[in-house]
Amino acid sequence: MQVKLGEISLRNPLILASGIMGTSPTLLKRVAQSGAGAVTAKSCGLHKRDGHPNPVMVEWDHGLLNAIGLTNPGVDEEVPLLKETKKALEEMGVLLFASIFAGTVEEFGMVAEAILRAKPDLIEVNISCPNVHDDYGMPFAAAPESAAEVTSTVKACVGAIPISVKLAPNVPNLGRIAEAVVGAGADVITAINTMPGMIIDADAHSAVLHNRIGGISGPALKPIALRCVGEIARAVDVPIIGTGGVVSGRDAIEMLLAGATGVGVGSAFWYRGQDAISLILDEMEVYLQENGIPDIQGLIGKGVGK
Amino acid sequence: MRADFNIHKIKVIKKLNESTCWIEFGDSPEAEPGQFVMVWLPGVGEKPYSIASIDPFCLLVVDVGPFSHALSKLSPDDRVWIKGPLGQGFSLKGRAPLLVGGGYGVAPLFALTKLAKKSDIPVHTCLGAAKNSGLLLVDEFLTLGCKVSLTTEDGSQGEKGWVTQVVEKALQGGVYDTVYACGPVGMLSALAGLCKKLGVDYQISWEAHMRCGMGLCGSCEVPRVYDPALPEGWLACFDGPVFQYCHSGH
Repeated sequence: MQVKLGEISLRNPLILASGIMGTSPTLLKRVAQSGAGAVTAKSCGLHKRDGHPNPVMVEWDHGLLNAIGLTNPGVDEEVPLLKETKKALEEMGVLLFASIFAGTVEEFGMVAEAILRAKPDLIEVNISCPNVHDDYGMPFAAAPESAAEVTSTVKACVGAIPISVKLAPNVPNLGRIAEAVVGAGADVITAINTMPGMIIDADAHSAVLHNRIGGISGPALKPIALRCVGEIARAVDVPIIGTGGVVSGRDAIEMLLAGATGVGVGSAFWYRGQDAISLILDEMEVYLQENGIPDIQGLIGKGVGK
Repeated sequence: MRADFNIHKIKVIKKLNESTCWIEFGDSPEAEPGQFVMVWLPGVGEKPYSIASIDPFCLLVVDVGPFSHALSKLSPDDRVWIKGPLGQGFSLKGRAPLLVGGGYGVAPLFALTKLAKKSDIPVHTCLGAAKNSGLLLVDEFLTLGCKVSLTTEDGSQGEKGWVTQVVEKALQGGVYDTVYACGPVGMLSALAGLCKKLGVDYQISWEAHMRCGMGLCGSCEVPRVYDPALPEGWLACFDGPVFQYCHSGH
């Protein structure tokens, strides 16, 4: 099930989504061992962030809602962790993706330059976290101009390492934003981040999450993600990492049909357990065998007329 | 298992000592000893607690910070929002358990003792604390018919020293087949080493900084320096809190 994201080659399309399992080398290694083609570390900023107070995550009828709040040790602390992870993953043939966020365009450049020291196989540029509005204002992913500005700044800093810009679902014209980031040098697009949402407890008369607003993930996010991936696939020609609500092999296949080349897996670790990746991979194999499909390449974009 | 919040009404809340209280709810969840719940007080916060009794559902609350302080100030009929039970608990094996609790680590052991007593399994509980006020649920363990050995570091009650010394002596008798433990990390690491040395199976409930409680955020990884028998990347909230070690490898 090997796939190519531009110049880089993954043993299969499944990629640990950023934010799941944090930045611990041993946890990321565990996910790699369970079969992932690549793992993405938790987004990292210039300085340490503790994240939001609890509650930070809750389940509801159709998915999960979280506001962890970009907990990370800061880039200087993170680089040695990523180096250690990279070394362990290389022996397994699994790629390591770093992920970065920042509050200003300049800071994006600084974090990108610093994270290079870890020599990740790809850098995800997270311009779409929905949970840090109070600290950082509107996400850069909200408009083509700001999204492109961050993209070109990061691209100018990272040399030959490919970058993937992570887009938000809740924007008026996703196709235009995708065109803007590709025009500014994005090698790959990751779509999507979680969808902003809120859960209120009728008895408590209170939002459940401490941050009130969180990001919706899990099954509720899947149709939104499929729509976004399809829209991006029709607008641009770069590979897409389709992320959002994939918990089964069929979900992953649907994401490929929408136009994704890589498939992000996150909340599935709650729904399917720590073996989520290997379960999804097995189910994909069964689907391909049952349908007599020799190669997943032929599926990419087929569901959206691409 | 679904990780949403459900309301539980307090039936009884009683003070055990200056800083500790026992909260009994009017219901009984489907749970196993050693599992935990996330307790949410709207406007205050959310913290993980071991289930101290399943039937009736009870929590042991030690007033160590703003959240536990608010929880311990509640009254009967007050509502508490609870997510869980979560995680993997103890599984009662063999016929001769030795339970070891350090400080407020006694909570999950009390739930385990009630389960053992249902099956007429005799229970020996070793409790340790820095001083006598830290020895919790002693009368309750005695009421359940346990043999109870007490240790305090300052000698204010029971034997003076560490609970691990008492445990080592007890294990050398060759009577006990499994050690069940919960408490501070230092005590647990020492017990894991001791059990391995003496060839005794053990089940340890590890404490870690839990955030999501659902195996996703990666905050509660328990490092192998605490116990080299732990697998790499072991999450207290999802793989644990209880880690089981069997010498037979099963």
